[in-house]
Amino acid sequence: MIRVVLPHHLRTLANVGKEIELEVSEPVTLAAVLDALEAAYPMLRGAIRNRNTGRRRPLIRFFACGQDLSHESPDAPMPAAVVSGTEPLLIVGAMAGG
Amino acid sequence: MATVRILVGTRKGAFVLTSDEARRNWEVSGPFFAGWEIYHIKGSTVDPNRIYVSQSTEWFGQLIQRSDDGGATWKPVSNEFTYEGVPGTHQWYDGMQHPWEFKRVWVLEPSPTDAEVVYAGVEDAALFRSDDGGQRWRELPALREAKGSLWQPGAGGMCLHSILIDPTNPERLFTAISAAGAFRSDDGGQSWRPATRGLKSNWELPDPEAEIGHCVHSIAMHPSQPQVLFMQKHWDVMRSDDVGENWYEISGDLPSDFGFPIVVHAHEPETIYVVPIKSDSEHYPPEGRLRVYRSRTGGNEWEALTDGLPQAHCYVNVLRSAMAVDALDPCGVYFGTTGGQVYVSPDSGDHWTAIVQHLPPVLSVEVQTLP
Repeated sequence: MIRVVLPHHLRTLANVGKEIELEVSEPVTLAAVLDALEAAYPMLRGAIRNRNTGRRRPLIRFFACGQDLSHESPDAPMPAAVVSGTEPLLIVGAMAGG
Repeated sequence: MATVRILVGTRKGAFVLTSDEARRNWEVSGPFFAGWEIYHIKGSTVDPNRIYVSQSTEWFGQLIQRSDDGGATWKPVSNEFTYEGVPGTHQWYDGMQHPWEFKRVWVLEPSPTDAEVVYAGVEDAALFRSDDGGQRWRELPALREAKGSLWQPGAGGMCLHSILIDPTNPERLFTAISAAGAFRSDDGGQSWRPATRGLKSNWELPDPEAEIGHCVHSIAMHPSQPQVLFMQKHWDVMRSDDVGENWYEISGDLPSDFGFPIVVHAHEPETIYVVPIKSDSEHYPPEGRLRVYRSRTGGNEWEALTDGLPQAHCYVNVLRSAMAVDALDPCGVYFGTTGGQVYVSPDSGDHWTAIVQHLPPVLSVEVQTLP
């Protein structure tokens, strides 16, 4: 199972706890994880990726294993520790004032 | 006994203020959607238990929430606002062409005749309609054909912030866009034309009487007199007696004719309210005195309403959607400030009281009068 940690506002919106688990078929990429997340929680559509372009919203960041994956290709494989469920994928609201 | 429910949108959530018809004792609930910007929250007049919320942040984008039980519970409906066809471009601040991009929903206007129909005014400016209570949205693209390539954003963005529906003829719609102007449709939004003849923007436009480019801040109509429209423009308070064909100035003896909201009394179609603001570069009341101005003559002759409002050191603003009236007799008038106060006057403006004083900056105020 893939572990995903959502930021506060999206946990409230999806009515879930801090961490959720998702079944994601191989190959496990960022795009595949987000597809599975939005399929399980449709209210999150548009809150992480632009609904029309599919691009990451500017103030969203993706962290895992101490790395910033925000600028990686969404089709790149996720780190092995995320794929194995050892480490979560962190979806983070960027520090941008406010 | 009737109940009054004030729906308040703020920078950090929504609040609901409730009172009986005396409008003296208020119950405050919220924040709902805490931490999110609530540009607008408005109920249907056909089914007052149906309430729509525009909820957004820069971080997580746009959501639309709907309640079918008067705000007790909420569920997200569609947030998919896709422009019809190739969106094209409009003018940018520097005069260059800029692609149309969806940013947020500024206003949600439920139909006065059908609880399932609701309109959404968005930034970048366009009008959307839903026929199923917000489950699906489709653009009415003819509006952007009304010289949309000439529209350009005002300081607050290129937002469609005002939608008026003629209650006697729901096919007749008016929209207002900053900084494009006012527009009218007589066929339910299938075709549109600018409704700006008579507007003059001497300081903002190279051609002060241009058809496109006026920074309209809000428009208002009384349901018994839908051919008469009132407008608070960037500068100037204006009036049209012929369904928006021609406008003339009614600023009269106001201390400043800059401002944002304009509303009409519930039972007196010639009684209107504005909140003068010092200038476009100083968004606070003249002399630091918060005054609502009322005209009982449809404009030109104005009286200051000050009883209960701060008359010294007050430097708040009242935004375009942050003023409303109830349907009781005497008519209640309400407004919210960027300082987080929501004021009520239960007697048509003669006396004012702050219901709450420390909310986040108020973006919108709507009022429901419930039997």
